[in-house]
Amino acid sequence: MIRPDAPVLLEIHDLQARVEDQPILKGVSLTVRAGEIHAVMGRNGSGKSTLSKVLAGHPAYTVTGGTVHYLGEDLLSLEPELRARAGLFLGFQYPVEIPGVSNLEFLRVATNARRAGKGEEELDTFAFEDLVRERLQVVQMDPAFLERSVNEGFSGGEKKRNEILQMALLDPLVAVLDETDSGLDIDALRIVAGGVNHLAGPDNATLLITHYQRLLDVITPDYVHVMAAGRILRTGGKELALELEERGYDWVDAELAALERTPAEVL
Amino acid sequence: MVAASLSTPTAAAGAGPGGWIAALLATASGGADALAASRQRAAQALAQIPLPSRRDEAWRFTDLAPLTALNPTLLTPAPAAQPEVAAGSLRLHLDGRSDPLAGISLPAGVEPISGAELSETLGQVLAATGSADLWPVLLNGATARSVLALRVRGAVPTSLELVSDAGGGEGILSLRLLLLLEPGASVEVLQVHRSSGANLTSVVLEARLREGAVLRHGLLAPGDGAACLLATVAVEQATGSRYSGVSAHGGWALGRLEPRLVQREGAAHSALKALQLADGRQISDTHSQMVFAGPGGRLEQLHKAVADGHGRSVFNGAVQVPRLAQRTDAAQLSRNLLLSDRARIDTKPELEIVADDVRCAHGATVSRLQQDELFYLQSRGIAADQAARLLLRGFCEEVLQELPAAAAAWQPLVSLLGEEGR
Ligand SMILES: Nc1ncnc2c1ncn2[C@@H]1O[C@H](COP(=O)(O)OP(=O)(O)OP(=O)(O)O)[C@@H](O)[C@H]1O
Ligand SMILES: [Mg+2]
Repeated sequence: MIRPDAPVLLEIHDLQARVEDQPILKGVSLTVRAGEIHAVMGRNGSGKSTLSKVLAGHPAYTVTGGTVHYLGEDLLSLEPELRARAGLFLGFQYPVEIPGVSNLEFLRVATNARRAGKGEEELDTFAFEDLVRERLQVVQMDPAFLERSVNEGFSGGEKKRNEILQMALLDPLVAVLDETDSGLDIDALRIVAGGVNHLAGPDNATLLITHYQRLLDVITPDYVHVMAAGRILRTGGKELALELEERGYDWVDAELAALERTPAEVL
Repeated sequence: MVAASLSTPTAAAGAGPGGWIAALLATASGGADALAASRQRAAQALAQIPLPSRRDEAWRFTDLAPLTALNPTLLTPAPAAQPEVAAGSLRLHLDGRSDPLAGISLPAGVEPISGAELSETLGQVLAATGSADLWPVLLNGATARSVLALRVRGAVPTSLELVSDAGGGEGILSLRLLLLLEPGASVEVLQVHRSSGANLTSVVLEARLREGAVLRHGLLAPGDGAACLLATVAVEQATGSRYSGVSAHGGWALGRLEPRLVQREGAAHSALKALQLADGRQISDTHSQMVFAGPGGRLEQLHKAVADGHGRSVFNGAVQVPRLAQRTDAAQLSRNLLLSDRARIDTKPELEIVADDVRCAHGATVSRLQQDELFYLQSRGIAADQAARLLLRGFCEEVLQELPAAAAAWQPLVSLLGEEGR
């Protein structure tokens, strides 16, 4: 839902980042207001996951330029855990397996960290069990997954559901979902999309990174952005996604070539 | 902790390492108990050989200095505070002197062994596993004054806890254990050894598993930065038997565990899961040996170690598969977590495989906490140091949760990592 007067939650300006010596993000700008759903699309390797990890504060990436403001504050100066406690959520493209750490305990510690960030009381084990059982229904997940180690031995789809379960527990203000739809069967896709719709409200915002129109059939984006070579090359409405589905990304090369001819210093 | 009672200390400790043994033997000699004769023999053997030094392959990384710094005298610890006994478990207290069975009624299927049978049997499993001449075994033989010896028949539902706490006193606590599992017998046995002072806990367990017997064995040993532990577990297995040993030790100035297994005719199942921790200037050492003396045997071994501070972790895993041991299936994995730049980890498989139709897999990894795992936890609002603790606990839990259920009362995580379990 686009409301021009809605508060700005996330403001990315000319963000540049590299990994080791390789520049990956080359000037990303994006404004996200409360209530909005943004889709970010683009070829493999165009920098979508890098953008999401830089926002979450992954230590492998170095920001070399630009700014990110979250709720008006400098996001990049915060440790990853403080970003999360302030309500920024990253649904990982590849959720990490953590052997030996029980999913239930992990979820409880994470939920309480976020609650502390909201100025709410910690939940004790019993209160948390009630909450988690209720939220499990959003993603229709078997409670047996709580007893297992975090993501260990989960199938691809199960890992993605576990990400949405975390999102449902952490009550984010800005959720960045990196290909949460890939690897899902049709039922799971419906469940995950239903979960995202269920959690999206007028006060929060969602950034969906996806390759597929089928997700956008169920979750209608307000904006669609196309990333290429570490930039946002074009922004449009939901029809841009349909156009991509039809035309593919060949036009991207022509626009990129034009961009490359314009020296960056002149911009 | 309750103060421990001491035997008379001697003043000869200053006379170098050889003097240390002489002083110890002087306080340990004599006595008219059932072990007197074998103690005499062990003492003689011990007096003739030099202390293990770092020139000996088996002690290359393990300095005995923390041990020879101890008062060379015998220690009889006073009873110490202990957690409540878990339901379904029977706890026997070992102080090296009093009879752990006094006033105890053993569960059906478990009976003490004594007299001629005991003196005849004692030492046989040590001999069968090639352990009789190991220095820690000789040291134990020269100092132990009593033995807890039990025979097990049938399936025993009660698990046995064999518990010692050397406490804060000085000296050497020597414990000797013997378990004979008759054909088809099954039982769970948990050893717990603790200390809180400048002392040595020396423990030797011999276990004989007859055909089809099953022993689920745990050894939990949270130590003290001034204390030493030398533990030997010798296991002789007949065909169709299953031995599963789960151990966790750490926190000792010097803690060394030596599991020594032999499958006498092969065709048995052995599983070893171990966790050892070394922080500060501690040394945590495991030297395991598995001998397949017949065909068709199996071994599954996982050894995990964590080294922090200036700690040092040593693992040597010997597996012998002679020609007659065809169709042996052995897997050994050593996984190590290095938490500090000054800590040290030495891990070495020692496979001697002569048979050709066998599967022997082995592997070793040494790593730090994984950045991606840390980041995943941090991205969920968990602070870096708490995330690191969660990962460390996760690493340890894989072994700790395999300990016999009775171990829970001893809070393995808290006692080994020194923090809240949940
Ligand atoms: N840690 C890293 N080390 C080296 N190269 C990296 C690293 N992270 C990203 N890259 C490189 O940066 C580029 C962008 O990667 P990124 O994962 O952001 O792409 P993506 O748009 O998410 O692609 P996909 O659609 O395949 O998920 C790629 O060329 C990738 O190889
Ligand atoms: Mg990606």
